[in-house]
Order: sequence, then C-alpha cells, then structure tokens
Amino acid sequence: MIRISKRAEMPQRKKWIVRLLGIVLALVVMSFFFLFLGHNPLEVYQTLITGSLGNYNRFARTIEFVIPLSLSALGIMIAFKMKFWNIGAEGQIVVGAIAATYIALNFSELHTVLLLSTMFIVAALAGGIYAFIPAFFKVKFNTNETLFTLMLNYIALRLVVYLQYGPWRDPGARGFPKIANFSQNARLPDIFGIHAGWIILIIVFALVYLLMNKSKLGYEIAVIGESQKTANYAGMNVSKVILIALFLSGALSGIVGMLQVSGVNYTLSRQVSGGMGFTAIIIAWLSQIKVVLVPIVAFFFAMLVQGATFIRTAFQIPQSIAEVLQATVLFFALGSEFFINYKLHFEKKAKGRVQNG
Amino acid sequence: MEKVIELKGIVKTFGSVLANDHIDFTLQSGEIHSLLGENGAGKSSLMNVLAGVYQPDGGEIYFKGERVDIPSPRHSIDMGIGMIHQHFKLVEAHTVLENMLAGMSKGLLSRKKTYKKQVIELSQKYGLDIDPDSIIEDLSVAQKQRVEILKVLFRGATILILDEPTAVLTPQETEKLFTIIDNLKKNDHAIVFISHKLDEVLAISDRITVLRNGKNVATLENDNLDTSILISNMVGKTLDLAIDRPTKLGENKILEVKDLSVLRPDGAFGLKDVSFDLYDGEVLGVAGLAGSGQKELCEAIAGLQEKLTGTIIFKGDDITGSTPRQIIKKGISMSFVPEDRLGMGLVASMDLVDNVLLKAYLKQPGVFVNRKEARFEAEKLVEKLSIDTPSVDISVSKLSGGNIQKVLLGREIELQPELIITAYPARGLDIGSAYKIYDLLNEQKQNGNGIIFIGEDLDVLLQISDRIMVMCNGEVTGIVDPEKATKEDIGYMMVGRKIEGVIAND
Repeated sequence: MIRISKRAEMPQRKKWIVRLLGIVLALVVMSFFFLFLGHNPLEVYQTLITGSLGNYNRFARTIEFVIPLSLSALGIMIAFKMKFWNIGAEGQIVVGAIAATYIALNFSELHTVLLLSTMFIVAALAGGIYAFIPAFFKVKFNTNETLFTLMLNYIALRLVVYLQYGPWRDPGARGFPKIANFSQNARLPDIFGIHAGWIILIIVFALVYLLMNKSKLGYEIAVIGESQKTANYAGMNVSKVILIALFLSGALSGIVGMLQVSGVNYTLSRQVSGGMGFTAIIIAWLSQIKVVLVPIVAFFFAMLVQGATFIRTAFQIPQSIAEVLQATVLFFALGSEFFINYKLHFEKKAKGRVQNG
Repeated sequence: MEKVIELKGIVKTFGSVLANDHIDFTLQSGEIHSLLGENGAGKSSLMNVLAGVYQPDGGEIYFKGERVDIPSPRHSIDMGIGMIHQHFKLVEAHTVLENMLAGMSKGLLSRKKTYKKQVIELSQKYGLDIDPDSIIEDLSVAQKQRVEILKVLFRGATILILDEPTAVLTPQETEKLFTIIDNLKKNDHAIVFISHKLDEVLAISDRITVLRNGKNVATLENDNLDTSILISNMVGKTLDLAIDRPTKLGENKILEVKDLSVLRPDGAFGLKDVSFDLYDGEVLGVAGLAGSGQKELCEAIAGLQEKLTGTIIFKGDDITGSTPRQIIKKGISMSFVPEDRLGMGLVASMDLVDNVLLKAYLKQPGVFVNRKEARFEAEKLVEKLSIDTPSVDISVSKLSGGNIQKVLLGREIELQPELIITAYPARGLDIGSAYKIYDLLNEQKQNGNGIIFIGEDLDVLLQISDRIMVMCNGEVTGIVDPEKATKEDIGYMMVGRKIEGVIAND
C-alpha cells in the first residue's frame, strides 16, 4: 500500500538538489528515446546547448525568446501572487499586438521614437484592459477568473484572424491573406544584435522587483493572496488592489505583443503569441512566484525552445520529438515539486494487532 | 481493577522537538484518569500514540498485559480505544444512526433495525439521551458531543479519551457530561479526561497525571488535592491564581452601541438589538456559548460586517458601517484581536516583520513600505513579551499557539488603542502565557482604554471583568456585576434565562 503524506519544510539546498535530480532524470529518460531513434543522446544534448548558445547569433535568438517569456511571466506572477489565476496572458499578448499594429499601420509616417513609444503605451493599455475585464467581473460578481481569462484568449486569437482576412488584409499581398509589413519607422532597432526589448525587460524586471518586494501595493497583493479576510481586517481596499494588479499583469503581456510585432515579426499574424502566454504560466509557477528566478527559468525554457529547433534540423528528427523533450523536462520539473512537498510511504499490509515482543 | 493500558517510556519527537520524553502512564478499567498540562506539554501527542495516529519513536505499549503495536487508528479502534476530539467528526446532514454506521464494514441496510435498537439501548444505559433518528445539524453542541461518545461506544470502545470535552459546554451541560462519564466508569470503562479546568479535574478524577515539557511530572491519587498543588506541578512553581482587577477608571463613554442587529449571510440574525456602553478604563466581559453572536459583535464594531442596523458611536463619532480602512482614516485608534488568529489577524506564511507591518503600513508615508521600522517593532515585541522564536524572519505559522497569540495581541496593543476588542485572547495558551496576556490587558485598562473581552472561561471572566454582558442566540440576556453573579447564574443566562438581582448598574 502506498500512502502520501505532507513533508516538513525542506531546507533550500535540498530543494535545489531534488529539482536538479528531476531534470537529470528527465534527460536520462529522454536518452532512451533518442537511443531508440538511433541517435547518441549525449550528442543530441550537446547540440541542444551549442544550438542555443553556440555562437553570438544563436545566443541572440535565445535571448529573443527570453524577453517575451520573462515579461509575460512577470505579469502573470503579479496576478498569481494574489491567487488570481490569470491564464489569459496569451490573449493579452495578442490584444497588445493588435493595438500596436493598429498604430503601426495607421501612423506609419510619425517619427520613429514617437511612433514606437505610442505603440508601446497603446499595447500596454490594451493588454491591461484585457486583464482588467475579468478582474472587474470577479470583483463585482465573483465570476471564475480561470475560465474567464481562458475564454478571452480565444476571442483575441480569432480577432486576429478576422483582421487578417478582413479589414487589415494587405491588398499588395496578391490575394494572400496577410497583414502588411511594418514600415521601418515602426520596427524596433537592434542593440548589440538583439532587438531593444531586452532593455525594456531589464527596466520592467527592476520595477516589478520593487513593486513586489518593496512597495505597499506589492505588500497588499501578497496579503490578499494569503487571505482576503486578513486584508479586509487590515484596512486594505481589496477590490481596488485586485483591479490595479490585474491591469499591471495584463499590461506586461500587452507589451510583449508590441515587442513581438515590432521587434521580431514586423507584422501581425495569428502566430504572434505562439503559446508563449501558456509557457509563461509554467515559468511563473516554476519560479515559485519569485521575481528574481523568472529570468533564470525563462532562460532555461528559451534554451530548450531554441535548442530544440536546432536539433530538429541537425538530426532530422520531427518537430514533435523536440516537443516531447520539452514536455518531459517539464513533467519531471513539476514532479520534483511534488516530492519536495510530499513523501511516499510504502507499507506492507497492516500487521496483526497484537505482537508478542 | 485491571490495568488496561500501560505505556512505558514513550518517546515521540517532531524534528528537533521532544514532545514525549520517556513518559510512563497507566490506565485501569473503571477509572477516570485526568491528563493535565500546559499547551505543548505533550498531552495530545501521547493520546495520539494511543489512538494509532502517531508512531512512538521509543517505548512500549501494553494492552491488558500484552505488548502491542498500534500501527493505525483502525487498530486502535479494534482494541476498544475511542477518542472524542474537540472538533466533532460528524456528517451534519445525516442522522445520528447514519453517522454511527458510516465507515463500518457491516451489511448496513438489512440490519439497520437491529443497530437502531442497539443504539437506543446504549443511549439509555449511559444516560446519553440521544434519538438515533435526529439529524446532526439540528443538535446542540453538547448533544453532538454525546453522539460522538455514543459512536465510540457503539464501536465497542471500553477506553475513552475525551480531549477537552467541557471547553464548549455550559456549566449545566458539563454537569450532565460528568454524570455520563460516571456511568461509564460504573460499567468498568476506562476514561482519560483531558482538560485545562482544574476544578473540573479535581471534581471527577480518580487519578491525575501532570505532564510538563514532555515529561510525566507526577501521577497523583485524587485525595486532599487542591488547585494550587496541581498548578505548581503544571508550571513548576506555585502561581498566584487570582487575576488582578484594577479599579475602573473614568466615566467617559468610549463606545455606545444602540440596537445593533447583524444579518448573517444565511439570512438569520447574528445579532439582535444589542445595546451597551463601554467606558474608559473598563473591561466589559462577554459571555456566551460558542456562536451566540460574539463574532458578529466584534466584527460589526471593527467594520467587518456588512449587513447591520442600529448605531455604533465611538467617542461621539458615528462609525456604523464604516470599513476598517475608513475607521483607520478617521484616526480612530481601535484594535481587534480576532478569534481566527491565523485566518484573519495574521498572515500565516509571512514572518513577524511583515505581520507587524500589517497594521502599520497604511500610516507610513510614500509608496514603499518601511520594513526597518517594522523589524524594530517586531524585535521589541519579541523581547517585551518573551516570544519564543529563533528570529523575526520566521513565518508565524511555525510558532506555537501561545507565541502566535503574543505576536497578534502584542502588535495590537503596541498601537496604543483607545478601544481593544479581544476574542478569546487566552484560548489554547498555557497558564503562564495567559496571565501575561491578562496583565497586558489590565495595563491598557489602567491607561484609560476600554476593553471588550470575549471569553469562554467563566472563572477568568468573573475575575477580570468590571461588567459581564451575557449573550444567547445573538441577544443580550443581561449585563451582570461580577461581584454579585455566580458562575451558575451566568450559565443559566447563557441559555437565555433572565436572572434578577445580579444586573450591573450602568
């Protein structure tokens, strides 16, 4: 018989050892998979690393994944800290992208600094409002935020498709349903070979760190996450804090939308978010809602994504195998959290009640 | 008399904490054996070893002379050990009989009638006075407790462990429980009685075992014992049992409550037309059975109840319906020590610094919190109240109950409030800590502040209060003068009977 019981708090060091073991184990398991496919797993893993970090260009591409993943995860974290399960980052990215695209297409002759900052602000507002809506309904009518934010994702994604095929279709694309490419003014410049989003990430990271660890609002968010009763008792304006926090949460994803269209794709398409809003949830969770861990975990995920793309071509393995690798790592990473919090007891069948001793 | 249970050198550790340190304990059939000790003395751990919940790290258990292991609660039940916990484990929507049969692996439906007859017989035999067909949620707390007793008896228990059974009972109900316990004893059952109330322990025990810091300090035959002997065993030194009651100070009203009614979420009245005044330098005790409106009263004044009518006036300021935030912004200095310490008064996962911050941060200037100030305050509290913690960076959930309460009460008192509302401030605390808390409150009283003291121990209420407001079903039965009223008077008033001649002059 197997019994599960809660563990006493593990020391930090031991926790990290368990997590590391989890990842090692994931790689071991995947080794069999690669062996089965006829590849040397060590070579595969080596290529994974060289593919994502091997030269400056590859490193730059990896960082371009780190930027959106981190920003979105930081936003999600603000909501999660409050136990407000915002799983709508995907949609918030998309509406941010739509808003930025609207500005880029209609005010393309503006000076580039003015144009980019307008796109930035409008995208942040759009993402913020898109997260504000479910927060408002939660506060007013106690609706379920998980379902609400999830559903809003699909609305946003479909809206892009509508724009792509309808009003924003580029007439110059010879009938191909796509939105026009951005003018040079509307494109984010590269700094050291990476689009300028990394500077924004550094600034936002510092701000979110201050917000969560030093500010009154961050303190209120933490208390509300722990107990709304306590928050009320302490004289906090719970509804207001929830609304502000969710606006900020969505705004960060909105910014991601702008960075993707203006720094990476130079146009808007339904692939703009590419599931990053969901990956960011996992990153926020694995970072244990701690600001400083977010970029580290995001970097790890970006390496997996970028490296997997590389091994796909290097070893001629299907895309799906790369995804299996990511999923396995994730599975073991989450699994190690289970073993950090719980332990298993293997017991023989209950003994007879009297034991002569 | 037969020795049914013998524990020899039981050791139980939790991490670095030694909860049971080589404890010897014997229990005989036909005996009432009380287990006394401050909180954290190791009573619960020891009984949980007997109930099969914990496995001891050392020592031996003998059952009727035979060496046994009790690897699970199921084994314990099979041995005839029944534990009646403080929190009842009954399915509210089911009948008494259904609760009896739940979890039993016998063919239920076919023999329900036989079982019912057995239950009725048992109930009559021991004077439990329970109808097997009544629904649990219609029963009073005392009745539910008797259902628990009936349940373990029905499962064949001959050894009963009662964990603080009288904590939730009125004096009259306690009497009735004692009769039942006596019946059990006459039928050769063995009873372990855990309580904090020394006079009760003296009244019914044959033997008394006192635990202190995980050790068995003494097992005493109950003759010629008195409370002071027990206390000196419990705390290691003789304590003055009397609680101070400094004379009441001024004559200025701090709080006027008029016709206050509160509706519960379920639509029932939580409070009904409650009126009283509180003066400066006064302790107003509030007595009542659990759930008689105490929580609603505290929360209504503190601004945490939404549906209320009537008026609450704080020093001439109408604060009826104000939120806690509005109350703070009005500059009203009021402290509330809620019953639910970790669920409302404190943030369990946060450290002492952040918990001190909870009441201070709103008044700090700027958009950032000032943790330096809070850390200084937290360290001051730790020192002043001798809070047992390795540092102020430990989350409060890791502290013991008494220390948690010291953090909460200490924080609230440091605010120098003109009005303190405390709900069960000494609940679960050992005697030393409890007296510390009473002293702190009396100090505030002497500073001219008003105190509303929601209590459950009538002895304490009678000693500390200047007046006692007795509540029943959300209504005030009367406000009595503790000099005139007895415990019995208050007990009757707690169940709604009005008693003349003990009413306090306002």
